[in-house]
Amino acid sequence: MDISTIIITAGVIGGIAAICSSALALAAHYFAVEENPQIGELEKMLPGINCGACGYAGCSDYAKAIVTEGEAIDRCAPGGGDVLEALSEATGAAVDAFEKTVARVHCAGDADNAQHRHRYNGIMDCHAAHQLAGGDMTCGYGCLGYGSCARVCPVDAIEIKNNLAIVHPDLCIGCKACIASCPRGIISMVPASQKIHVLCSSKDKGPIAKKACQVACIGCRICVKLDEEAFTMDGFLAIRNYDNDVTNPAVVEKCPGKCIVAVGAALEKGEPTCA
Amino acid sequence: MRVTRALRKLRGSIHPQYFKGLTSDRNIVEMPLPEKLYLSMAQHLGAPAKPIVAKGDTVTRGQCIAESAGFISVPVHAPVSGKVIDIDTAPTPSGTMAPRVILETDPENTETVTMPPMPDWNERPQEELLKRIAEAGVAGMGGAGFPTHVKLSPPSDKPINTIIINGAECEPYLTADHRLMVEQGKGIADGIRIMCYILNVKTVFVAIEDNKPEAIKTMQDALENLEGIDATVCILPTEYPQGAEKQQIAITTGREVPSGGLPMDVGCVVENVGTVLAIADAIKKGIPLTQRVTTVTGHIVKNPQNVLAPIGTTYADLVSFCGGLTAPAAKVISGGPMMGMAQPSLAIATTKTTSGLVVLEESRVHIYQAMPCIGCGRCLEACPMNLVPAAISYAVEGGDYDRAESLNILDCIECGCCAFVCPSSRPLVQHFKLAKPKIILKRRQAADAKGAK
Repeated sequence: MDISTIIITAGVIGGIAAICSSALALAAHYFAVEENPQIGELEKMLPGINCGACGYAGCSDYAKAIVTEGEAIDRCAPGGGDVLEALSEATGAAVDAFEKTVARVHCAGDADNAQHRHRYNGIMDCHAAHQLAGGDMTCGYGCLGYGSCARVCPVDAIEIKNNLAIVHPDLCIGCKACIASCPRGIISMVPASQKIHVLCSSKDKGPIAKKACQVACIGCRICVKLDEEAFTMDGFLAIRNYDNDVTNPAVVEKCPGKCIVAVGAALEKGEPTCA
Repeated sequence: MRVTRALRKLRGSIHPQYFKGLTSDRNIVEMPLPEKLYLSMAQHLGAPAKPIVAKGDTVTRGQCIAESAGFISVPVHAPVSGKVIDIDTAPTPSGTMAPRVILETDPENTETVTMPPMPDWNERPQEELLKRIAEAGVAGMGGAGFPTHVKLSPPSDKPINTIIINGAECEPYLTADHRLMVEQGKGIADGIRIMCYILNVKTVFVAIEDNKPEAIKTMQDALENLEGIDATVCILPTEYPQGAEKQQIAITTGREVPSGGLPMDVGCVVENVGTVLAIADAIKKGIPLTQRVTTVTGHIVKNPQNVLAPIGTTYADLVSFCGGLTAPAAKVISGGPMMGMAQPSLAIATTKTTSGLVVLEESRVHIYQAMPCIGCGRCLEACPMNLVPAAISYAVEGGDYDRAESLNILDCIECGCCAFVCPSSRPLVQHFKLAKPKIILKRRQAADAKGAK
């Protein structure tokens, strides 16, 4: 092959590259969109996982909303205290102390504890199972265990163990995606610092609830008697009031339904961090 | 009176095993009153009826116990005299939760209240007849339960020129409509005359599958000498889903209902034979809809037959009236096996739409494990609505409901042909049933948001 062919080819390609790059450089200079540099700065501070917990399409969208629309800076749940502090410093907005919240499935009725009234052989989706006569469980409130929440979790923090959804609190980023995905509506956000929870959502009367599940709230009110501040009743169901700490840890032992559970105790025994 | 054949074959369609012989030769039997009746308030499509009785009230047979809660809604009447022992919330056969009234039967009290009969119906205004049909609680008895008075009052810009009476009964096992046509041909003819008068229509097709020669014969006799009505018995080939209304319109009249449209868009009204009979009873005798014929069948039912039972009878009572079971039941289906709903227990009670109760034993229940799609295209061939079930099910599985909508999932009639033919046992129609309500809800919310602006 002639050496001139190589030189001509290199020259032509180099020429095209020079023309194109100068065109791009000029375009970048003359057609540049003026963007508030703060948006880029804030975006770098955000976690960048685009989970949607803030209600915007992604971290970039949220950063833009903070700068242009004056959106509150405390909406990034996964970012936690560090991001909040950084955002507060950058924007000058004052904020309260950050309290980490994590999702919790208020049910402990796994395959061993909860009774099933029929066999479900449809799509492995909680909505589909719930559509069919209110689910295959005798309990009309508990976790169905077909994993609709686990599939929407952006960080795989939900495990389906023995037909029960379990949120791992140390993995949960608090984006709330699972809450909307649950057809039973039994997932809610709880402060990560609180260790004692009511793991039952059954509003049935005691005998009915007990028949359906071995770990059900029977509405005996013992927890309310022991610790009025931390527990309230909603009909036949005990509700944990997370505004107050549990002052009397005996509630866990005394609960006849075994549905009030201390997370820390399970940790020490080496069980999953959440049950 | 003419007799024709279907204009063409169905597109798609399947040929399941029918097992209609279990009950098709046996007369309809009236069931003695059960001890308790469980009347659901959501027996029809639309808003559930509102109970107007309280716990402890005594009711008389034929008395209205729940009033209609809107235009697309119908009232519920007491099928027997007795006492209201409770009002609670319970699952309906279609799987949703709805209020229900529990009646304790009083066998001593044989009193019956009816509305005034209208033997001179063809001299009264149409509005009066429509009002009567609504008051009698008549809803489509084929399965969907659409309120009949709504179907019979089309908007003025959609003129109706053809009535199709659906006697296809393409679902396997079921023979309730078949027996009704054989035994009550004259009553059906009366109902047809009333419908023709209300809608001012002269053309009527009675569509019957060719596996019911006896019904074809009796309907021919019954439709002889209907003055001023051009009645045709249309004999359809036996294939599923011949009884779906859009398919039936296409093969009897050649008209194609547009995507997202209703039969009235092509000038048709389709009514099930049971509904036609209920219309005749409501007008001519003033009797509200409080009982229906249900096929209680299955190879393990000792004495399978068509039972005329009051609405609200539990499945357990129906089965024990038919002699009980010879083997443990593995699956109980309300309706036919193709489109019916599997039931959690025999404690569920019948409604106005319960055309059958199919009890299957272990060996007939296919516990499937869904496998990946192998791209064979058999669901495309089987779909009577020209859809692509494989692609739609992938979209639904991946949560991409917008794509499912763009693939016209809302045109799916949920006949189940796709899942029936799938060699990978994929739950195709199950996916569509899951996604359709969500997409409809989303559309409605979007429309509301637009309206609010």
